[in-house]
Amino acid sequence: MQPEEIAQLIGKSTGVRMFEVEKGAIRRFADAVGDPNPLFRDEEHARGSPYGGIIAPPGFFGWPLRQQMGSPLVVEFPMELMGPLSQSGYAVATALDGGMEYDFFQPVRAGDTLAASTVVKDLRERTGKMGKMAFIVLETTYLNQHGTLVARARATTILRSFSM
Amino acid sequence: MAKQLFWEDVAEGAEITPLSKIATSQMLVRWAGGSGDFNPLHYDKVFAEGVGVGQPIVHGALKRQWLVQLMTDWIGDRGWLKRFSCQYRAMDIPRAMRTMVDPVDGETWWCKGKVTKKFVDEGEHCVDCDIWIENGKGEVTTPGKATVVLPARG
Repeated sequence: MQPEEIAQLIGKSTGVRMFEVEKGAIRRFADAVGDPNPLFRDEEHARGSPYGGIIAPPGFFGWPLRQQMGSPLVVEFPMELMGPLSQSGYAVATALDGGMEYDFFQPVRAGDTLAASTVVKDLRERTGKMGKMAFIVLETTYLNQHGTLVARARATTILRSFSM
Repeated sequence: MAKQLFWEDVAEGAEITPLSKIATSQMLVRWAGGSGDFNPLHYDKVFAEGVGVGQPIVHGALKRQWLVQLMTDWIGDRGWLKRFSCQYRAMDIPRAMRTMVDPVDGETWWCKGKVTKKFVDEGEHCVDCDIWIENGKGEVTTPGKATVVLPARG
């Protein structure tokens, strides 16, 4: 990709996506981690805690309300990225997760509805042992139903190019 | 739950109570359902071979949440995880299942951490930590950092 092209892609965003934070979904997520913490599953314990009710483990933001049924991934790339990436030989199907950074501001509570929007924060290409790779940093901001910023997430996705 | 940790109880250089985990093929299926990540890379050998990874690997996001649990277990109900980061540096291979509930023998992963700094910022009693996951050979596959806010005895 040309530097001008990359510069144009930085700042592109998805629309706002809505997430529903259900108590059962929190528990299934905590079960999947193998995390028995009663803050995430025990009403009585959580009521007596500083949070006053069940909260989600940091890193769980509920289920998307309008995701297409059968969608294989929770990650969503801004649409404008797809064309330029595939022209450069990058296949999203072979994406690898590179890492995550979180800032947590407020608890996510059972019953919350979150509004999330994702913006392309950074995009770099490198040539390594595995050939040409793109490192994409997507920043997602989560607001709750009161309009309060609850968390910011910066995910790094690594794409490999199959064109030389 | 363990008793509440206070800022005064923590010293720079101190170890975070380690957390052990065993990744199994069954756990990866459970994680797919619990997180919504149905990438076949984590449960389908043919797909994993096709994309050049070779065999199904543990989800980075599952390892991330193991490290989150390391922190939330340590800081207790009154602690707050303020900042968190980790990088998936090396792939981890889950154990196969021997029975409906038990995996075959194999590696155990350890989530560990160390306090690097104690400080007070705008009235918040903060602790910075280095955190990581070690595989069965003791190699760090998932390094990270965390900042937590702890209650102070005052």
